Amino acid sequence: MTYSIINTGNSNGFEDDHALLKNAARNDDAVVILGAESGKAFRELRDAATKTAVLIELNGECLGVHTGESRGTEGGNVLGFARFRLGTAAPTNLVELVRQPRTSDTALAVAKSIFENAGLQVAACGDFSGRIIDRLVRPYYNAALTRLDEGLATADDLDTTLKLGLGYPEGPISLLERTGLAYHFEVTEELFEAYGDAAYAPSRRARVAHARAVAQQQSQSDALFPIPPGNGD
Amino acid sequence: MHNIKTVGVAGSGTMGAGIAIVAARAGFKTIVFDTQQAALDRARKQTEGFFAKSVERKKLTQPDVDKIMAGLSGTTRIEDLASCDIVIEAVFENLKVKHDLLAQLNKACKPETIFASNTSTLSITEIAAGSGRDEKFVGMHFCLPAQLMKLIEMSPGLRTSDDTFQTAWDFAKAMGQIPVKTKDNPGFILNYFLVPFNNDAIRLVEAGVAAPADIDRAIKTGLGYPMGPLELLDLVGLDTHLLVAEALYSSTHEPRAAVPALVKRMIAAGQLGRKTGRGFYSYKTNAMFGG
Repeated sequence: MTYSIINTGNSNGFEDDHALLKNAARNDDAVVILGAESGKAFRELRDAATKTAVLIELNGECLGVHTGESRGTEGGNVLGFARFRLGTAAPTNLVELVRQPRTSDTALAVAKSIFENAGLQVAACGDFSGRIIDRLVRPYYNAALTRLDEGLATADDLDTTLKLGLGYPEGPISLLERTGLAYHFEVTEELFEAYGDAAYAPSRRARVAHARAVAQQQSQSDALFPIPPGNGD
Repeated sequence: MHNIKTVGVAGSGTMGAGIAIVAARAGFKTIVFDTQQAALDRARKQTEGFFAKSVERKKLTQPDVDKIMAGLSGTTRIEDLASCDIVIEAVFENLKVKHDLLAQLNKACKPETIFASNTSTLSITEIAAGSGRDEKFVGMHFCLPAQLMKLIEMSPGLRTSDDTFQTAWDFAKAMGQIPVKTKDNPGFILNYFLVPFNNDAIRLVEAGVAAPADIDRAIKTGLGYPMGPLELLDLVGLDTHLLVAEALYSSTHEPRAAVPALVKRMIAAGQLGRKTGRGFYSYKTNAMFGG
């Protein structure tokens, strides 16, 4: 199976030297669209229907935003994907591959082989906000932050317990510190908006971190572009 | 500094036997109590098997094991725990069962004996209230399998004295364990976070978001967890998960702690996990994980 790449730039998961890009060919049966403008590039793709598979890199959005949905019968040769990463941490080896109810088995198999040949692990899932990991771990991280506020245990003891007791490589508090509490706020706000489930409501600590990040950005912006005296009063 | 020399363990099931191994291995004289001689015999056999493997793997020598086993005894007479400095109960997770046991222990043991509970979900304060010595009562939740896991969640009840907690804490360290302090909250730390997380994973299967293998692969590859939640549930057993989750939900009423309907359907169908050959996955044997 050969595939070509349309790289719109600023991919969230793939650098230019990744095997996924290196393995691409010119004559193709499938197309992988990467980058921040992948949805736009898909809309402009004229021969999408002739391909065995068309793969669109997603951010937080659902695949249906690009393909449209119809009475639960949507799906064909187009799949979405995202290489999983936690905030500012490096991308992991996992690709969450998004299918729709009627996505063809052939397109799914082709998509899996493209990513696996590039050294990645694939987890297929339906077209739902948060896909698999964010949907599962964000309530857990929220609960950890809330319980820290409530004094269940110290941050160190929470982390130690979950590492030693369950074999997790990192406790939730240190993980959120490393990958960004403000980022956690952004993800949970989006999931809360999507599901209306209180488990996703951003925790107080994430809200504070996000507000602080915004305030710091504003301060930097004010320093670069000071408001002249007398204006804005 | 603790002054504990003799340890009692009440209950010789999986947890009780594991706790007894930890205490005896650390050099404490250890007495295991169970009302059933057959249960004691089974635990003794499992313990001998465990130490035989320790010798095989060169973690202990045969003389070490002989010394440990000489300090480890079993009894069906609760009065034999009279001389214990601490008694750790590891019986069924039911408040009445624990209260009945503790009332007997309170009569049998000397007044200064500390009582500890290995409960993973019940309130330490509520258990202590039936002990007749709530100031000398502390939570010590060992992790499964106790003989291998270093962590102990240590929780004081509302009336636990500082001295009792400190003594139990020092004792935990003297056994070579790593204690962490948690409040007396339902599920403490581990189960409070693990049970809802596992329930959420079941709900993803229920809702058709992804297949069990995809969920587990995502969690292992994306987060580096040693096992996916559905593999873990198959290992623990869905019947056990149901008991723990129902206990947590009854204490917290948090929606994520509520057991998904799929669990009850799978239990009704006899799909409990590895032990029945089928859970979220199918198994050719019911051998223990890692065995």
